[in-house]
Amino acid sequence: MSFDVDLAVRRGDVAIAARFATGPGATVLFGPSGVGKTSILQMVAGLLRPDAGHVRVGGEMLFDDRAGIDLKPESRRIGYVFQEPRLFPHMRVAANLRYGRPRGGGDWDGVIAMLGIGHLLDRWPRSLSGGEARRVAIGRALLSNPRVLLLDEPLSSLDRPRRGEILDALVAVRDRTGVPILMVTHDPDEAERIATDIVRL
Amino acid sequence: MILSPEEWGVVRLSLLVGGTAMLVTLPLAFALAWALARGRFPGRVLLDGVVHLPLVVPPVVTGWVLLLAFGPDGPIGHWLEAWFGVSVLFRWTGAAIASAVMALPLVVRAIRLSIEAVDPRLEQAARTLGAGRGRVFATITLPLCAPGILAGLVLGFARSIGEFGATITFVSNVPGETATLPLAIYSALQRPGGEDMVWRLAAVSVVLSLIALVASEWLARRMGRGLHVL
Repeated sequence: MSFDVDLAVRRGDVAIAARFATGPGATVLFGPSGVGKTSILQMVAGLLRPDAGHVRVGGEMLFDDRAGIDLKPESRRIGYVFQEPRLFPHMRVAANLRYGRPRGGGDWDGVIAMLGIGHLLDRWPRSLSGGEARRVAIGRALLSNPRVLLLDEPLSSLDRPRRGEILDALVAVRDRTGVPILMVTHDPDEAERIATDIVRL
Repeated sequence: MILSPEEWGVVRLSLLVGGTAMLVTLPLAFALAWALARGRFPGRVLLDGVVHLPLVVPPVVTGWVLLLAFGPDGPIGHWLEAWFGVSVLFRWTGAAIASAVMALPLVVRAIRLSIEAVDPRLEQAARTLGAGRGRVFATITLPLCAPGILAGLVLGFARSIGEFGATITFVSNVPGETATLPLAIYSALQRPGGEDMVWRLAAVSVVLSLIALVASEWLARRMGRGLHVL
């Protein structure tokens, strides 16, 4: 079991709840904007504290309100690709990619070749195009030796050719690395292309 | 520019007082700026007000309060005398304290702005990559606000060099000890035939202030571009 999630949280007037269990491959959380898809990813990553429920990833309990378990984000080994790339502006691409390396592992050459970012290593993040920054962000998450990968609208704000390029990269990540993926999207075509499993919200 | 040995002494003393004032101010200003930028506690608005007081209270009042605190019967002065047998009255260390207090609001303001400019989403990203709070602070937060901290210190340094009212009230105008540039200029103005010295010291003041302002502005711009300065 890759993800075993049962969560509830109240943010202002909105109650967000989700329950799903998934196998390996890519699971897509699919639904319209505003139903709290991003909040679910944040709760899985430990950036938002749920009111109740549990999160079990790859067999390990990361959060369980009844057992009093709440691992810190840095202890969860979860690769999170945010909606914006969030590259560190004061570090070159190579330093960004290395940031999560102390956690060990990750096939440096393999990931860089798979994402086609070898020629970007000496560049500053602000000089990258949207698609390039996105691929570096995916690489940075993969190279932190994550148990699973969370992707929040990874194709948003990209033009059509760039979307195809990133989608190909994500399919490669799914098929070649074996890292389970939990991806949020509101686009049915995207969901179709990448999902081995779809959770509708 | 040709300065007399006496005038060089004034410039050296001013640089010493300003530099020491900033060294003293940095840890305190950073702690205050952090609390004001990131802290959520009751009394934050009040703390913000107290930090800004030296900016609006008449400097002579600030100097008088320092005199009460550091005088032989004051709480801090009494403690310094009893434990270390020292007094800062009429000493350059006292001038540095006065400068530090007067510059504090400016420095806190600059550092606070630079902390608030750091995007917390970057810190979140770093944590998901396995960095604990300490590593996030050292590798993300601090480098990103470092130019702002430096800009604040340079600005505070310039303010220190211009300090007059609090200093003369607190530690008087002792040549070679507390007579920094503005105080020496004031003395020279009172003295028959002191006009040449006034001209030269005033010119030095303007040049030093200008250099500091330009450096501070340059550092602040660099921060906007998100580049390493350190």
